[in-house]
Amino acid sequence: MAEAIKIRATLNGDVAEVKARMAHIMETGLRKDQATGQVVPAHFIKQMVATLNGTVVVDAQWGFSVSKDPVVGFRIKGAKKGDKIAIKALDSKGGTLSGETSVS
Amino acid sequence: MNLLRRSFLNHCAYLGASALAVAAGMLKPLIAFAADWNKAAFDAASLADAMKNAGTAGAIESKDLLLKVADHAENGAVVQVEVTSKIPGTTSIALFVEKNPRPLVADISFQNGAEPYIFLVTKMAETSRIRAVARAAGKSYFAAKEVHVTTSGC
Repeated sequence: MAEAIKIRATLNGDVAEVKARMAHIMETGLRKDQATGQVVPAHFIKQMVATLNGTVVVDAQWGFSVSKDPVVGFRIKGAKKGDKIAIKALDSKGGTLSGETSVS
Repeated sequence: MNLLRRSFLNHCAYLGASALAVAAGMLKPLIAFAADWNKAAFDAASLADAMKNAGTAGAIESKDLLLKVADHAENGAVVQVEVTSKIPGTTSIALFVEKNPRPLVADISFQNGAEPYIFLVTKMAETSRIRAVARAAGKSYFAAKEVHVTTSGC
């Protein structure tokens, strides 16, 4: 079951300003649990791809240094009002997240 | 012989149908990424190795690569970074926190109208330089800035 990615896309001239927030623990795999002393296993988003009307515009690879509940922003030139922006992400345990919005 | 031919034809029909289904978006692959995750670069523990494995060793400093980040970060768990490249033909931007246990934070490629710009929030283990690297026309360019961290984010 894919988790939701919240996306906001607003047009500024002919450029869509996109901001997305995804709920994810972004666990490094280096941190120790204070109570048990055990290393908390890594669990972080590794890849993220954004599309404009189905065409890939941003293709990203991440390490575990990206903050918990990642926020990412990018800009797409030539976007129009009503265009569909979708983001999909894949984490280190094979989990997926996705979200979609229209440019406003 | 005939049977074999029949099964071969059936097989082709099946393959043809599934190819059509994929084309029509009925069996859309879940996520299609251009490249495999660059494990060698993300696992590198030193900046030099991370830069080398990300294919950006030998990057030259450029004033056309704008790195916007606060001088002081109260909380190393959430450090906002904004990178804009004014270098013509920029295809991707990589971000490093030089003293993090694994310096490479992210590597982002732009295509089909995406501008060479990225906003991202990163963790910082300690006071360190943040380095952005842009790739354009087979060359790499970097910009770096020191950020003082009050509370570690790792």
